[in-house]
Amino acid sequence: MIIGTEHYIALSAVLFALGGAGFLFRRNVLVALMSIEVMLNAVNLALVAFNRARADTGAHSGQLFAFFIIAAEAAEVAVGLAIVLSMFRLHRSVRSDEADSLKN
Amino acid sequence: MGLLLLILSVAGLFLSLQAQFLAAIQLIVYAGAVVVLFLFVIMLLGPSAVAPHDRRGVVMRSFGALVFGLFMLGAMWWLTRSAHALGQRAAAPDFGSIDAFGWTLFNDALVPFELSSALLMVAVIGAVAVARGRQGEPARARPTSQPGLLSEAGTPQSAPTGAPAKPRHA
Repeated sequence: MIIGTEHYIALSAVLFALGGAGFLFRRNVLVALMSIEVMLNAVNLALVAFNRARADTGAHSGQLFAFFIIAAEAAEVAVGLAIVLSMFRLHRSVRSDEADSLKN
Repeated sequence: MGLLLLILSVAGLFLSLQAQFLAAIQLIVYAGAVVVLFLFVIMLLGPSAVAPHDRRGVVMRSFGALVFGLFMLGAMWWLTRSAHALGQRAAAPDFGSIDAFGWTLFNDALVPFELSSALLMVAVIGAVAVARGRQGEPARARPTSQPGLLSEAGTPQSAPTGAPAKPRHA
């Protein structure tokens, strides 16, 4: 069986859905951050797969975009984990539904 | 740990898609930095980072998961069919080599590249500023609190003496 672009895209869709479900359904902030990682990985995979499907042009746009996504994600994780630490200091909890300081 | 396995697998898929440079970056940045950062934070937060399992609405949640799974199966089927027409053309001879990728990166995408370095710089400074807490507040004022944790913000401390609070060691 030849592994074509469609298989990569399907895997990417599954990964993105799992990440989105984890982000929406879990209340642990750390798990939510990890789910964002999963989603961004899925996006990267789709970009690289589409880039490979049009590899005869020699353009690297998809890989380039994936590279910048990786850079942005490293920044996001650093700031996100700092916010989680700060929130834990404030609330003694990492549950996102207990971060209600702005409520009323 | 599932995240690490996912990252390694995606790096392997990048290799199979002739993106050698991205595979290396994936291994270095994710497995080397992001996962280690997560582990550090989990270690710092201690056992309270793991929330107790909650059993509210198991039936509704199972139903939601089922609907979600069916929807995703449908989407997968549709995607696989429509992306089949895309095919996969033969790659140019130097496609994905670090040489070609670096040439593109430093010619077509030079400005975003420099901007991303600025972004990383801002993120590092912001992370340090956020994680450090307030200035002048002793980092470990209450030795009775859980070990290894920073002090609670807004904890009533000794009466302000005018001078900035000195860190009191337990």
